[in-house]
Parts: sequence; C-alpha cells; structure tokens
Amino acid sequence: MSKKFMYVNRKAPYGTVYALESLEVVLIAAAFEQDVSLAFIDDGVYQIAKGQDTKGIGMKGFSATYNALGDYDVNKFYVERESLEERGLTEDDLMPIVYEDENDDWAEKPSVKIVSRAEMAQVLSEQDVTLSF
Amino acid sequence: MKFTILVNEGPYQHQSSDSALQFIRAALEKGHEIFRVFFYHDGVNNGTRLAVPPKDDRLIQSEWSTLAEEHGVDLVICIAAAQRRGLMDADEAKRQGLDANNIAPGFRISGLGQLIDGNIEADRTIVFGD
Repeated sequence: MSKKFMYVNRKAPYGTVYALESLEVVLIAAAFEQDVSLAFIDDGVYQIAKGQDTKGIGMKGFSATYNALGDYDVNKFYVERESLEERGLTEDDLMPIVYEDENDDWAEKPSVKIVSRAEMAQVLSEQDVTLSF
Repeated sequence: MKFTILVNEGPYQHQSSDSALQFIRAALEKGHEIFRVFFYHDGVNNGTRLAVPPKDDRLIQSEWSTLAEEHGVDLVICIAAAQRRGLMDADEAKRQGLDANNIAPGFRISGLGQLIDGNIEADRTIVFGD
C-alpha cells in the first residue's frame, strides 16, 4: 500500500541547495510508486516561477524538471495563494506545468493548484509523510 | 512507535543534529524504536570521523557513533549529497580513485531509496532541519 508523501518547498530555487536536492528525493519517491504531492510555500513559490535563467550565477538551471514530473505521476502541485500575494506574484507568473491524465484519454491538465493558507493546512493534515526542505 | 529521522543540516552550524540526538535518546528511553536516521543536504557532515572541535565543546559525530554502537541505530548517509560534499567510505573512495576516506564508525553510505523506505516502514517521520 502506498503512503501519501508531501514535499514542502519553502526556499528559493537558488541561493541554497535545498530545492535542487528536494527534487532528487521527489523523483525517488515517485519511483517507489508512492502518492506524491508538492507544496510551495514562502519563497518556495519562486521554484516554479516562469523565465528562470541561471547563466549569470554559474549554476545549473533545473526548473524544466518540474514540468517533467508529470511523467512520474507527480501532478499535485499545491501553491499557497498568500505566499504568491506577499511577493507580488500571480498564477500567471508561474510555469504552465501540466500532466497527461491517463484516465481521461491522456488529456493535458494543469498540475498547479492555487490554495489558500487554510486549505494548505487541510492538505498537509491529510498526509502520511511530510518532508520539509 | 517506530520513527524514521531525517537530518538536513550539518553539525555545529545548526542545532538540528543536537535536537535530533536529543529526540532519539528520549524516544529510545521511552521504549520507542528508531528504524533509521537518514542524513541529507549538509546533514551528511554528521558522518565525518575527522572533526576535531575544541575540547570544551561536544563531539557531535562521535555521539552518533556511540548511538549506533549502543542501540544499533541505522545511520545512513545519502550518497549523492555525500559525493557533493566529500564524504567517503573506503569502498567509495576506491571506486572514485581517491586517496582517503573519512566516514565515522556506525555510519553507512547508501541511496535516497533508504529514506523513502524508512518513511514507508516507520509510523512517523521526523525532520530536523532549517
């Protein structure tokens, strides 16, 4: 039986290694066929912001990886509305991350779901394993 | 209850290692089981045997080794995080053609699958990090 895994991403994609190494764990959990969700809170919302370009800081960009997660059945991206608002961001500033729904003739569907802080608390309370990075 | 512990920060820089050690000792004292401790991010630095802190400070790395020796706690260092940060056991050093290894007794180096396996097997996962 699979468990519900939630990865809580709270840090900006660059500046520290947390986001990159968190993605590595997400891929492993998916390989173990667990029910994986991602939460983006605080500066973590920048991890899936559009138009990331790391050339100037000499680091490998990895933002494209988020869009590939759908192929591993990782398609529940909960983004906290208040965290976006506090940073002057809207859903339009986020990458259009999608997955193909195998139960709906492989229709392309959005993976990102914007939720309120209260809804995020509810989603978190439903998890078996919460890993915070 | 059966716990898996994730330590995400290095010793001394951050209190996570100390808090994790204190939690684990308290849990064991109450009769709980520690299924596994997994070290990730800079947490892998808890597993070096070459730390020499000042004499009046605690020696965090050997506190982990003592925990493994006395209670058989499984201490697992993530190989991907360890390779980035220069943590090596003898086999890995040989495989990479390096002239030294630095892993402390009681630790083993393995893959991230050991973390997920620990999360699945344990009743609770506790994360110690920033």
